[in-house]
Amino acid sequence: MPAFELDIALRQGSFGLELAERVDARALALFGPSGSGKTTVIEAVAGLRTPYRGTIAVAGRLLFSSERRVNVPVRERRVGYVPQDVLLFPHMNVRENVTYGQAPTRRHPYALDDVVGLLDLGDLLQRRVASLSGGERQRVALARALMSGPDVLLLDEPMAAVDLARRRRILDALLRIRDELALPIVYVAHATEEVARVADWVLVIDAGRVVARGAPSSVLAG
Amino acid sequence: MTEEIAQIAVFTALAAAGATALMLPLGVALAWLLARRRFRGKAIVETLVSLPLVVPPVATGLILLWLFGRRGPLGGAFEALGVEVVFTAKAVVLAMAVMGLPLLVRTARAGFEQATRRYEQLAETLGAGPWRVFRTVTLPLASRNILAGALLGFSRALGEFGATIVVAGSIPGRTRTLAVGIYTYTETGQNSRAAVLLVVSVSIAFLAVLVSNRLARES
Repeated sequence: MPAFELDIALRQGSFGLELAERVDARALALFGPSGSGKTTVIEAVAGLRTPYRGTIAVAGRLLFSSERRVNVPVRERRVGYVPQDVLLFPHMNVRENVTYGQAPTRRHPYALDDVVGLLDLGDLLQRRVASLSGGERQRVALARALMSGPDVLLLDEPMAAVDLARRRRILDALLRIRDELALPIVYVAHATEEVARVADWVLVIDAGRVVARGAPSSVLAG
Repeated sequence: MTEEIAQIAVFTALAAAGATALMLPLGVALAWLLARRRFRGKAIVETLVSLPLVVPPVATGLILLWLFGRRGPLGGAFEALGVEVVFTAKAVVLAMAVMGLPLLVRTARAGFEQATRRYEQLAETLGAGPWRVFRTVTLPLASRNILAGALLGFSRALGEFGATIVVAGSIPGRTRTLAVGIYTYTETGQNSRAAVLLVVSVSIAFLAVLVSNRLARES
């Protein structure tokens, strides 16, 4: 199982985040009230925020270490990042968005057809981004992240903007990414349902600290 | 008379287009620098760029005349290359570009300051280097503002008078623009000619501002 080493001390104005976790999991869920620092954890892994102290490693690859003066630049981190507001490029169509990360310098283990099939995007490829629904945007963003050939997926509330009826589809896609592609996932969870079905480890975060950790069944039961 | 009017209108439009082409690369670079970078002397650069908006255009013209005159620091260099600037069409384009630049920089800068930063970061997570991010994300997302700013600069250039008359004069068929023509004709009592130029001038400016406003709203 891939290991996540998240030893992060980070300040952001008056907010402070401090955690030191070593987790062996296929999918790690970050759970907790809004403003607790879940998004900051994901942004630190992506390299968008720099801890003042700590070590970040994903699947055995060191991304940041204050002690060893390692800070891998964002574009070399190989993270498939899907922020909460998705941020599809508004001036490109779906296909251009999805293939953006296929720069010649990157390894791309997935063929476009496979990713399109996995996320059921066949009819969407030529569409303008503005015409997509919340669930469609989320799937396109997932495809874009996958096509960049990441070592890990970082998802910030992948189901927040998706109506209940369509959450199942995203959930199924996440499970297939986790199991068929064997790609480690760190995600900020919105509801207990997602945590229970996708994650095999949960960190409950409150006010920048981990207040509970464990397998979903034990953490959610308590 | 119509031939002369047409010549002036076409010359003015071409000169303003040339001035816009001249200010675009410099203006976009300045707008990006001012929006995104911190550097020493930023306040000075900011002030210098905006100065033509507040200094009397005639004074700006005088500064250009001194800089680009035969004995001026830049004019001397150009003359060594066999290029004469003052009292030629080049001086018209130059005066228009300097006067239009502040409007372009201000409008384009707002485009770079808008929410493009997070899109750029996302492009970075997908492996794009700085130049690719700029070309494929930053520039397209700011393009409406850049276009609106270029149109504003173009409109300003069309109406340029003070700096133009000092550095380029009012030579018929060579440096006479709409604005300078209106003044010259009025001064010499050719009121009907001045009136025709006035209508042409207002019509072009009206269209340019209309389109520019629409672009700025949609962005």
